Amino acid sequence: MSNNEPKPVSWNPQSGRSTSPLLQLTLIRFREFLREPEAVFWTFIFPLLLAGGLGLAFRSRPADVAKVGILTSAPAAETIRAALAGDSTLQLVSLDDTAAATALRIGTVALVVVAQDAQRVEYRFDRAREEARTARLMVDEALQRSHGRKDAVAVTESLISERGSRYIDFVLPGLLAMNLMGSGMWGIGFSIVDARRKKLLKRFVATPMRRYHYLASFLVMRLGLMVIEVTVIASFGYFAFGVPMRGSLVAFGVACLLGALVFGSLGLLVASRARTIEAASGLMNLLMLPMWVASGVFFSAGNFPDAVQPIIQALPLTAVVDSVRGIMIQGLGWAQLLPEFAIVTTWLVLSFGVALRFFRWR
Amino acid sequence: MPAASLALEVRALRKTFGTVVAVDGLDLDVHSGECFGLLGPNGAGKTTTIEICEGLQEADSGDVIVLGKRWNSDERALRERLGVQLQETQFSEKITVEETISLFRSFFQRGPAVHEIIGLVQLDEKRAARVGTLSGGQKQRLSVACALAGDPELLFLDEPTTGLDPQSRRQLWDLVEQLRASGRTILLTTHYMEEAERLCDRVAIVDQGKVIAIDTPRALIRSLGAEQVVEVELAEGAAVPTGLFATTDGVLESRHGPVWTLQVSAAHRAVPAVLRTLEAAGLSMTELRTHTPTLEDVFVSLTGRHLREQ
Repeated sequence: MSNNEPKPVSWNPQSGRSTSPLLQLTLIRFREFLREPEAVFWTFIFPLLLAGGLGLAFRSRPADVAKVGILTSAPAAETIRAALAGDSTLQLVSLDDTAAATALRIGTVALVVVAQDAQRVEYRFDRAREEARTARLMVDEALQRSHGRKDAVAVTESLISERGSRYIDFVLPGLLAMNLMGSGMWGIGFSIVDARRKKLLKRFVATPMRRYHYLASFLVMRLGLMVIEVTVIASFGYFAFGVPMRGSLVAFGVACLLGALVFGSLGLLVASRARTIEAASGLMNLLMLPMWVASGVFFSAGNFPDAVQPIIQALPLTAVVDSVRGIMIQGLGWAQLLPEFAIVTTWLVLSFGVALRFFRWR
Repeated sequence: MPAASLALEVRALRKTFGTVVAVDGLDLDVHSGECFGLLGPNGAGKTTTIEICEGLQEADSGDVIVLGKRWNSDERALRERLGVQLQETQFSEKITVEETISLFRSFFQRGPAVHEIIGLVQLDEKRAARVGTLSGGQKQRLSVACALAGDPELLFLDEPTTGLDPQSRRQLWDLVEQLRASGRTILLTTHYMEEAERLCDRVAIVDQGKVIAIDTPRALIRSLGAEQVVEVELAEGAAVPTGLFATTDGVLESRHGPVWTLQVSAAHRAVPAVLRTLEAAGLSMTELRTHTPTLEDVFVSLTGRHLREQ
């Protein structure tokens, strides 16, 4: 009832902090992350699924079999089919006109043979596709031999299949670096923009909280998660596919640490001004998309023209991918890693400095 | 009052956003130990004023002295001594009540134990619940709890009960009264006149960035000079002459809005006179109400508008 005298607050304020604010902030970071099942999935499970999928799709097969279509409407289809049937490296499929066109377009056959007569054949294939060029050589070889061509030079083959030269060996370090980028930028950027949008940042600023504690808590969390992410992905590669670790573990640790820090700082930079998730999202994609494509995660960055190479080599993801891959697969030493580490450190200092300078706290 | 007993002094405060003048030469003195209310409609400049006092926004001009200190020279020391509750903070939904309060407690050099704060705001049962599962009233009490983490001398509450149901509002009022009873200075903003009347020792009525009246709620109401307020709602569609009740017996002041609001000296004399006036003008009414004057009536009398749009 309102005519009851309100009871004064009786408590005994203690001097001294209960716990360290940096510890509390960091604990909150980890709790927020671990209580978000989606975040856990994208950070830990997704890269494994991707690596597993790519490892299976591109596993080394004993001998490559080329899938070749025979156009049934061509006059000499059966003759040519009989001539090629003896070759075990070719898998032949009979196709009518529309089926042949479709199969070429979606890549279920690498090449289609159109046999006008026993002496004249036409190859239909896409020159830009590697397996199509290979299929053309294999079909032509088989066809010419069956018609009596003899080798002018005697050749012997000695086959090697070395760990470290397979696609999974190439792509796994790339995925590892890409994961450091994704979780660093999204993880930090989104949390900060979200806190700003919810006026939580402003609420923190209204307390004696040290601002660098707040930012540092994100980096501490990133480093903690980085250790887990990197361990999970690298051991998956090692145990499931035998992806080697030829360089020193210390150098590998430093490369991952720098990677986690540089992408954390870039996340901070993206989040330093943005007021909405949408704005931050757009900026993230603008920064990350070119790197996904150009930095050599899935295929060598060397495929791009020489004119843009200086730009590609200066990208932070390129430097992280190259250093991680160099250490794991080539066993590069410190001296060889210096240029990559220098690039990453420059990005780290620049982005962190600019982010701190322009950070919007309110 | 000697200057030492002032918890907050605001002089000629001015703040514009583009062409909009949010605060237009505002002055305030808040005494130590009192609960002071800024009462005004939405957009009156209350939040801008309180956030400048909290050191969260910068004034274009004017002077703010908080607990004898200024923001530009003593920010860190001040932050340790203030409790701030913002209007629209949303705490992390995945974090529990106890974790949230522990976090805020860790920011301050001194303060009560976390369980004491939880007990005071009556969230013991929700100690381990995630913020996302709390009701509006519980969230608001959590917000006040975080403001209390440093055992503040001066507590800022910006619209603490906006959007709450009546029961949650009363719980929060009890909490504020307890804090006031323990000698803390409280500055709160509100657009609920019953909140200001119940909680505040003194009230400043703010409109369009200025203080238009400042006194105890009782003195403000007494300044109307009216014993009663009569509200008359006329039947729709009738042409209403202005100054309808200007000469009606016992009516001190009349205002014409969607309803007529009449300040009267004595209801038992004024009401029959009002009815006679209507009769004479050939008007019919749909509703007639009387009440004792409130801060709302003070605001209407000063500005011609209501605190909340109707």
